[in-house]
Amino acid sequence: MGRPAQGSQMSPKRRVELFFDSISSSRGARITTYAIGVLFFLVIVFVPPVFGILLGGPRIFEMLSHADLLSRGASAIAASFLIAVTVSLIDLAAGLPMAWFIVRSRSSWVSTIDTLANIPFIVPTVALGYSVLSFWGGSQGIGQLLGSQFVLSPGWQMIVLLHFAFSYPVIVRVMVGALQGYKEVYETAARTLGASTFTAVRTVSLPLLKPALVAGFLLAFARSLSETGATVMVAGVFENGPVFIRNARAAGQESPLLFVSLVLIVASSLFFIAIRVFAPKMRLPVSTVWPRLEKRLSSKSAVASRNFLVFAVFLLFVIVPSLFVVLPGAGAMIDGTLQEAISAKGIWSNYWQSMGVSYLVALVATCLNVVAGLPMSVLIARKRSGGVVSGILDTLINIPIVVPSIALGVSIGIFWGGITGISEFWLLVFAHASITYTYFVRSMIAAVESIPVEVEDVARTLGAKPLMIFRRLTIPLSKYALVAGAIMAFTRSIDETGATLAVAKTITTAPVLMVDWVKGTVPASPHAIGLGLAILVLTSFASLLVLTIATRRT
Amino acid sequence: MPTIRLENVTRTFGRTKAIDHVSLEIAEGEYVCVLGPTGAGKTTLLRLIAGLTTATSGRIELDGREVTHIRPEDRNASYVPQQYALFPHMTIRDNVAFGPLARGFAPQESLEAADEMLRLVRLAHRATAFPHELSGGMQQRVALARGLAGRSPLLLLDEPLGAIDARLRMILRYELRKLAKGLGVTVIHVTHDQQEAMSIADRIAVLRDGVIRQFGRPSEIYEAPESPFLANFVGGANFLEGVVVREERDATMINIAEGFSITSSHDDHGMGDFVVASFRQEGTIILRNASLEENIVPGTLISTSFLGSFLRCVVNLGRAGEVIAKVPVRDALQRKLPDRTGELVYVRADRGRIMIFDRPARSLAVELEAF
Repeated sequence: MGRPAQGSQMSPKRRVELFFDSISSSRGARITTYAIGVLFFLVIVFVPPVFGILLGGPRIFEMLSHADLLSRGASAIAASFLIAVTVSLIDLAAGLPMAWFIVRSRSSWVSTIDTLANIPFIVPTVALGYSVLSFWGGSQGIGQLLGSQFVLSPGWQMIVLLHFAFSYPVIVRVMVGALQGYKEVYETAARTLGASTFTAVRTVSLPLLKPALVAGFLLAFARSLSETGATVMVAGVFENGPVFIRNARAAGQESPLLFVSLVLIVASSLFFIAIRVFAPKMRLPVSTVWPRLEKRLSSKSAVASRNFLVFAVFLLFVIVPSLFVVLPGAGAMIDGTLQEAISAKGIWSNYWQSMGVSYLVALVATCLNVVAGLPMSVLIARKRSGGVVSGILDTLINIPIVVPSIALGVSIGIFWGGITGISEFWLLVFAHASITYTYFVRSMIAAVESIPVEVEDVARTLGAKPLMIFRRLTIPLSKYALVAGAIMAFTRSIDETGATLAVAKTITTAPVLMVDWVKGTVPASPHAIGLGLAILVLTSFASLLVLTIATRRT
Repeated sequence: MPTIRLENVTRTFGRTKAIDHVSLEIAEGEYVCVLGPTGAGKTTLLRLIAGLTTATSGRIELDGREVTHIRPEDRNASYVPQQYALFPHMTIRDNVAFGPLARGFAPQESLEAADEMLRLVRLAHRATAFPHELSGGMQQRVALARGLAGRSPLLLLDEPLGAIDARLRMILRYELRKLAKGLGVTVIHVTHDQQEAMSIADRIAVLRDGVIRQFGRPSEIYEAPESPFLANFVGGANFLEGVVVREERDATMINIAEGFSITSSHDDHGMGDFVVASFRQEGTIILRNASLEENIVPGTLISTSFLGSFLRCVVNLGRAGEVIAKVPVRDALQRKLPDRTGELVYVRADRGRIMIFDRPARSLAVELEAF
């Protein structure tokens, strides 16, 4: 039997590799690695945003003695939940048929529609907010299209329209993914047993796709509940939870700010846990079939009408309002605003600075999440801490995206506020790391779970140490998910307004500055706003493009 | 000194005993098949030896070194799972070089070891291909080469031919043994296919419900199975329940049903014992005409089916039940055996080939179950 090569034949790089590989085999190294992952999650991602608020002490409950504030706060919280549930249900109704069309249709338009459905993803939410505001509330938008009687004033209707536009692609993405992995053979079996297409889908496919439906609902719900910046733009005098917190902060009312944040944190966490616990037990109605009606609903004309309706909704409520920001952006090209922006004069100096801050914060937060999120992903995906603990961690990592980001920011501010020496920049990084952590870790968990355990088993019996398995197998086999997760975390951070509004006192990020421009806190012309947002859209698009190309090369 | 020694190894999952007090000794260079029905604990046994599962109790030794709690990467025992688990992002060459690299060989040396192994399994020309570009048979050979390239003296194969079509499987099993013997490695090969085990193993360990029922050479297990289950699972047999009614030297008479008894030359049971008489299907002779001598009974032909070199005949013996006879086709043609169902035939089993077992504590049907 041969012997491993001796030191003299080894390159220094190989020696370093072997050294670290052999260290990784020790129990201490493994425990330390996983401990870093768990500690980062608890200390940075989970505890400050969820429990930091409790450090507010008795101040939190001072609000209870002000009946008017209490009733305003209660209405705002109720409005948040009502809007989030309504929007998510509409999303399901409109997004599911669209996802079905994208996966099943053989039309040559499929890839175009698939790309279009992603547009609200690419457009940062603040840009989307202004776009929706201009389309539904401006004379150039719906007013010109259908008449001035259709123009809406800012308020709850516009919030619903906005939230629908940005959460719609979430449902479509989740359902397209689920449908691509769904074996059509079950549906085919049902149809050969005499079921119409509609019956087969309703009684066989949908119950099997229920986990994806629930996941899509929860994601859309969380996005709606959490969104702050764009909502502030279109809310007018109407208040939902995040808008209430923002207004309270602007007015310097500390108790309402803390109290509503606390209620939102508790309520959203409980709602999420309840859905996770009860949704799997919930049964879809499959025991009754209406053959004649469902056969009629499966007819070609019925399907064509349904598709027409789905596309009409998609165009009118998602695509056109999302892209409407292009108009004021284009206007800026010809009236000299562009030159002003390039020369960084007046308000533009701050704009570029805030853009730099946004990208720096996003970069640092994403790097932290990648480094600390990787061991956590392996820990959860491979149940390294035992089934129960891994299951609990798996549930807890979702909380930061369910809790409204502004409430999360308030809580983080209080938690770290008590610790001197932490600069505002790092406070912002921690807040962004907390909000974006789930996107990266979820993506990685799914990727690690998809690697067959046998691959690692075989490698171990071939003599591979844990670090070598991670380096040579886990990372290469999950690199797409790794980059995709990092992109999602990065773009979400660039897009973030709620937590930033809550924790930043002197530093301003680009989306927060845009909210100030739109709300008139900083005087800016509509063309300047359009251009500012258009640049945000373009840089967001460009960074996605760069990362996508980088992924292909790796 | 044996390469592998298991002493009273038990592995439980909750209340289930996947492996129950298994003791086993395998010598260096031996080719051992672990044979058993689905759920018998075969894979668990293999994973215990590989270190991928830890024993609840007992002791495992490899090459005289206790490894019960040693991690898999430090055991020097290569595991090849049923679906091969070739690393999909690596070329065939890199797959095979992975083991030497992991064991600390220099990269160049690892690639040379990989090339050598690929030549041995006749896949050197596909070294730069990726696993998905190869056929199932080729993938199986790559998995073997990968397991062997790191100079591991012990190869653990989990149903290595399970994902390959029947014809190719026949060829590959001999290649597998030849390769292992050529390199002098010890092999534990898990399978549920008794023909596969019989044709390539030096010794077979038959596992059922986590317990080794018999461990011996294929001929030993075939000729002298220790239970009705073993007789049925390895080779197939006919079973008739009865009571010992006469006991003489070299002759034990068993009453099967009223007016129907058979005699065996085995004599280790006493008068009045409830027993199961068993004889191999290929040792069951079908006659067109016969006088009712010892161990010749009349019956009705129920069905015949053509199995290539054998004709499989099912004969109803009335209250005694049914027996199956596997008659060589040439024999059947020469003796012009009946092939129409419903015909009267005579069944004969030689006294020396009738085995006697204690009647199982559970019913015979349960004892014979192989799933």
